[in-house]
Amino acid sequence: MIEFEHVTKRYPERGDALRDLSFRLGGGEMAFLTGHSGAGKSTLLKLIGLLERPTRGSVRVGDEDLAALPRRRIPAHRRRIGMVFQDHRLLADRTVFQNVALPLVTAGMPRDETAKRVRAALDQVGLLKFERALPLTLSSGEQQRVGIARAVVGRPEVILADEPTGNLDPELSREIFRLFERFHQLGVSLLIATHDLDLIQSLGHRTLVLKQGRLIADAMPRPVSEKAQGEALAP
Amino acid sequence: MSTRRPRWLRRAGSWVADHQQAATETLDRLIRAPLGTLMTVAAIAIALALPAMLLIITDNLERLTGDWRGGAALSLFLSADMDEAAGTRLATALRTRIDIDRVDVVSREAGLAEFRQYSGLGGALEQLKENPLPVVLAVYPAPDLADGDDIDALVDGLAALPGVDFAQADARWVQRLQAILSLLRDGTLLLGGMLALGVMLVVGNTIRLEIENRRDEIQVMDLVGATNVFIRRPFLYAGAWYGLVGGILAWAIVASAIALLQAPVSRLAALYDTELTLTGLGLRPSLALLGLATLLGIIGSRIAVGRHLRRLRPV
Repeated sequence: MIEFEHVTKRYPERGDALRDLSFRLGGGEMAFLTGHSGAGKSTLLKLIGLLERPTRGSVRVGDEDLAALPRRRIPAHRRRIGMVFQDHRLLADRTVFQNVALPLVTAGMPRDETAKRVRAALDQVGLLKFERALPLTLSSGEQQRVGIARAVVGRPEVILADEPTGNLDPELSREIFRLFERFHQLGVSLLIATHDLDLIQSLGHRTLVLKQGRLIADAMPRPVSEKAQGEALAP
Repeated sequence: MSTRRPRWLRRAGSWVADHQQAATETLDRLIRAPLGTLMTVAAIAIALALPAMLLIITDNLERLTGDWRGGAALSLFLSADMDEAAGTRLATALRTRIDIDRVDVVSREAGLAEFRQYSGLGGALEQLKENPLPVVLAVYPAPDLADGDDIDALVDGLAALPGVDFAQADARWVQRLQAILSLLRDGTLLLGGMLALGVMLVVGNTIRLEIENRRDEIQVMDLVGATNVFIRRPFLYAGAWYGLVGGILAWAIVASAIALLQAPVSRLAALYDTELTLTGLGLRPSLALLGLATLLGIIGSRIAVGRHLRRLRPV
């Protein structure tokens, strides 16, 4: 699904943010991405979302080599990917419904279909009753759930989350990860950048560890009982 | 049986609805910032009203001089030994020429009466023992003799005729005035071109500021896969609205100026024993003004959007 092959990303003023990185994330797989601040987690996610292009190496999503993707096809690529951000990135002057609908509206989906999908996504994150609310009237956790609904409404092949629980308390963090688990069970690939080592360890998914732009560990998932996982995510 | 419309039709309906929404949301945004909008619109209106007004003035003056030109004649002053009968015979011969449209005979008595009326020397003229004025033939050139050189050649030819003492082209000053008006028209079009460029720059700068203000929104739309067309759309509608409203205001300025000038122009024309009713912008020129204003707004916006969006979306 996602394949990095000897990827280096160099910034003129900062040097190498990623160095000779190689890994593969299969379809329907969920993995965490962790490391210290400045390790390259966000840069890695930006390369997948084509917010940046690699300096060297190859990034493939599905059967597409992103380095060779022409500019005019970038919007279509981004619609295959759902992105969740630490700061939510919601539009303050649009309702929850309009925020979640944005990926579908930009894709030209008919309005009746859009409305159906938006309501289904909001229902999945438990916010259907807030569809007419403005984002700033919601709590931080609710805003993040709106962000997740927007990320999944287009039925993406992969969800990228960059520190989705960075601004949330532990209880809300567990709530967010419960949602991610639910989408994983529906077959969506997930790559989540996070510092929350407790949750990483308790959930037992594959973990990619970055240090100064290099992949220093790629810990495959270890068996975790459903009970233990449930306990980890319990409110 | 399902009555649901085909998907392509629903997409088309959504496309129309998206455009309607972009147009109305953009207009709403402009209305909610009235001072800023008014400044931009006023700048556009003044830039368009100026050349429009100059063109209207030129048109009206050209129409007036066209009337004058129709009434402008060459005057043939016959020699003293040519009486009215001889003048009439000469006039009859001249009427057969293809370069002459009409010939009127002005008798000595009619000439003296006209001179008495316009010169203001009525009392002095009563002292004259005899009428010193010659018979005059008023010769109107054929309409297709537009060129000044053709008129000069005609004058020279008529002056050389037997019995003609002196020939004068009364129309020469009208030709000079028309040449000035033609120059004024060309200058106005050049000025209009430069002001049109100014309109595009004004709109472009306003749109640039709008893009900066909505930078976060644009970046979010970019992240969720919005195409260039989708992101550009509201800004193009903003440019169109600025242009259209600016064009309407320009039309109102021109119409008001015409209305205000009507009375003074009529008074001035009356002093020259003529009538002039100012003609403003008709329906087609008015629509052309609005269409041009809207188009300039869209072009200015398109240029600004293209440049500044590329800056926000470097990949």
